[in-house]
Amino acid sequence: MIVKITIDGQAINAREGDTIVDVAAQNGVYIPTLCYTKGKPCLGTCRTCSVNVDGRVMAACTIPVREGMEIDVNGAEITDMRKALVELLFSEGNHNCPSCEKSGRCELQATGYEVDMMVSRFPYRFTPRVVDHASKTIWLERDRCIFCQRCVEFVRDKETDQKIFSIKGRGTQASIEIDVDLANKMSANQVCEASDLCPVGCIIDKTQGFDVPIGKRKFEVKTIRERALEGTHR
Amino acid sequence: MNEETVIFSHELPATPWNPEKQDIEDAKIQVAMIGFCGCWGCHLSFLDMDEELLGLLEKVTITRSSFTDLKRIPHHCTIGFIEGGIANDENIEVLEHYRENCDILISVGACAVWGGTPAMRNVVPLEECFREAYIDSPTAVPGAKKTIPYHNDIPKITTKVMPCHEVVKMDYFIPGCPPDGQAIFKVLNDLVNGSEVDLPADVNRYD
Repeated sequence: MIVKITIDGQAINAREGDTIVDVAAQNGVYIPTLCYTKGKPCLGTCRTCSVNVDGRVMAACTIPVREGMEIDVNGAEITDMRKALVELLFSEGNHNCPSCEKSGRCELQATGYEVDMMVSRFPYRFTPRVVDHASKTIWLERDRCIFCQRCVEFVRDKETDQKIFSIKGRGTQASIEIDVDLANKMSANQVCEASDLCPVGCIIDKTQGFDVPIGKRKFEVKTIRERALEGTHR
Repeated sequence: MNEETVIFSHELPATPWNPEKQDIEDAKIQVAMIGFCGCWGCHLSFLDMDEELLGLLEKVTITRSSFTDLKRIPHHCTIGFIEGGIANDENIEVLEHYRENCDILISVGACAVWGGTPAMRNVVPLEECFREAYIDSPTAVPGAKKTIPYHNDIPKITTKVMPCHEVVKMDYFIPGCPPDGQAIFKVLNDLVNGSEVDLPADVNRYD
């Protein structure tokens, strides 16, 4: 069924049940996302896609469109709120882009550019975190984890469907954990997929380093905004 | 050394500029530059503006900087170009001096913006850093007495490397390690022409 909604005042016909983030992209309106993966169940963990729906702030990847919805994506207040969310992620982890293997293909970094972040308004925390290198094929760089839970939900053991990644603890004590035995059973392809799925440089394939020259890296060839508007998002 | 015998380099006799040239330079927008705890890569990126630099230098003049070898800000400046994070008490003093003597301060590069590579020591206690550098250092001279340097004349290291904006108010930020010459040009050119400073997503870089 087709419903009528407005995005930033523009009247739009959309298929009922499609999420706001998809409908917006189909109509040329970019909404930044981090945890959202098109075609997979929504996680709603990062809140980077927050928009104003009929006066309430909601995560656009979690909300299906309904008749008469009035959505504010690019208003000054909500735009700044999304920027603040991205800045919080940069303050909370230790995101040292110059020394990160994921730089240039990092969704957090690319999203930082799209929300015009120059600096975080929040104090940088510099929390010490331990790198887990026990797995044969994966570096787990905990400094960079944004707790999006993509790996937790979507990377599973092929035989048993058991989760390979998990989050231990809550709040400031939370840390991403890896099941080393299951991780060691992962095929080279699956490791590569898991590393690609990670929106930051937390899951690093030990066999992959700085292999693409600056200027030719993923989001330099095509920005995350262009990818989102094409409907791939990644 | 007796205090009365101390002579600073800026007090040494120097050949004055040609007065006509001096008048031309004085009429331009004054820019002072400094590098704190960084690698001077951002200063090199400044030079990477290539031919844009020629047009820019029609409108601005560089006072204190490592390029001009002036050790003091000679008079009030419009723009202060700040590279590097704050890692010792001398950095704090000099940054405050820049704040007092410049209308606009720009944090240039990852170190000034959030601490950058030097800030990697922020996750390690200071004592451990000193121990690694001076006591247990693999490159220590064999047989030499192991000492952590400490003297009134040596700036005291801060517990953590701080971004500049945690010490004084900074007006603009150019991220990047180093920022592209074009990013530095964009911001300086906007400032010089009085337009709103804007670093578009396709120029903004964090690495």
